Amino acid sequence: MINTEKIVTVEKLNFSYGEVKVLTDVDMSIHRGEFLAVIGPNGGGKSTLVKILLGILKPDSGKVSVFGKTSGATGLIGYVPQDVSAGRGFPVTVREVARMGRMLTKKSLSDVSEIKFIDQILDNLSILNVADKKMDDLSGGQRQRVLMARALAIEPELIFLDEPASSVDLHGQTRIYDLLAELNKKMTVVVVSHDLTIIPKYATSVACVSGHVHKHDEAEVTEDMIHESYGVVDGCPVELVAHGHPHRVLKEHDH
Amino acid sequence: MDILSYGFMQNAIIASILASVACGIIGSLVVVNRIVFISGGIAHTAYGGIGLAFFLGISPLLGAGVFAVVAALIMAYITKNDKHRSDTVIGAMWAFGMAIGIILIDLTPGYNVDLMSYLFGSILSVPMADLIYMGVLDGVIVLYILKWYRQIHAVSFDADFATSMGVKSDLIYASMLVMSALAVVLLIRVVGLILIISMLTIPPYIAERRSNSLKGMMIYSTIFSLIFSLVGLFMSYTFNLTSGASIISVSAVCFFLSIIYDRVKSIK
Repeated sequence: MINTEKIVTVEKLNFSYGEVKVLTDVDMSIHRGEFLAVIGPNGGGKSTLVKILLGILKPDSGKVSVFGKTSGATGLIGYVPQDVSAGRGFPVTVREVARMGRMLTKKSLSDVSEIKFIDQILDNLSILNVADKKMDDLSGGQRQRVLMARALAIEPELIFLDEPASSVDLHGQTRIYDLLAELNKKMTVVVVSHDLTIIPKYATSVACVSGHVHKHDEAEVTEDMIHESYGVVDGCPVELVAHGHPHRVLKEHDH
Repeated sequence: MDILSYGFMQNAIIASILASVACGIIGSLVVVNRIVFISGGIAHTAYGGIGLAFFLGISPLLGAGVFAVVAALIMAYITKNDKHRSDTVIGAMWAFGMAIGIILIDLTPGYNVDLMSYLFGSILSVPMADLIYMGVLDGVIVLYILKWYRQIHAVSFDADFATSMGVKSDLIYASMLVMSALAVVLLIRVVGLILIISMLTIPPYIAERRSNSLKGMMIYSTIFSLIFSLVGLFMSYTFNLTSGASIISVSAVCFFLSIIYDRVKSIK
């Protein structure tokens, strides 16, 4: 369930790549328990926003606070990148990748318990059968699930996923989103996605990023609202654009 | 085993072992991080340091070390802050390092008979002082990898993820380049500046195909480096050939054989 505790707050955030402004005066917050879908046009700044919240990119100006810290909420945040080709040609097994995040935190258990713990996560993601394989020998969809296992293994309270279903088929997409809905019972989920058909079924809130992100907490997420064919303003669905700004809508949702 | 009774040959074998450890560890990082061109740039820029050392009358390896480390830091900064122009800048530094080295040697009075040995290696004439220097650098490299293996592993695999986990990825990246600079200095005596890049890439490449972990790759790579160095050394002694070129030739032949072997194996 969503509660009123804000675990992420962003104030007056600005970011540019050289001369190109990507995010301008962004204000937003994420509440504990949300399943937030971040949508928006290509180049609108979705992935950039997530990378700033993760501390990967530094904003030009503005305030970012995640779990009350301005930087380094290490161990509380999981991250599944969009690019699953990271580490190509790197000699590493699936199990070792899944442990990678835990090895950087103090969450590692004794060897036997640790392997059991990791294997359970791999099993939940249906990739235990490839645990001893090299990452290079996996398909794109399998690699994506391994990176998801790596993020889940640190037992995060907040997880960011950048296009988590981009390398899988339709059936795989539904399975991933079902899993995320299950995870949402225990943690806050933020998904960057282009897939506007699947979002209304799962998301409790939607933010469209197109240079700006502004809050609008009243409306409900409906298929019409976020479907591109419904009309687009400034790269964002028209129904999400409130008061001349792009928009963030929130609905109560129980999975 | 008469050849082992010669002092110069004993030194050459010790130099091979020390160089192989650096090749195994740093070469693996060079290959998985795809910083081969940068490492080549560092190696050739180091020639400026050798020239300066000759000019000032100090140890050439010390001069090369200082130049290589400074070049590594500059390249780390450039590749992180101006990615799209970094290869141009590295190319310029590569050439400038060589040029400044040649000019400084031109300005140094007397004939520098040792010069070629820094370009193409001279493992059969490594003095004890250089072995000690190489041993110290090896120690630094081994301590470095033992202390920061987890962070290096994570950054090499996926720097963004490592950063999101609180790892100072830029610092780790810069440290990898500095360690590459130390490895360059270690290898100068064995294969020379011109050929260093092949020692940092061929053994790790062959090792990568046969390892399931970065640690395994480093160990295999060290073993392959040692085998190539010793076989090349033996060839050099037996047929009176340039040692660095002999070592690299052995490595290259094994490299092509390993590619053929892997292809045939994948067809079967």
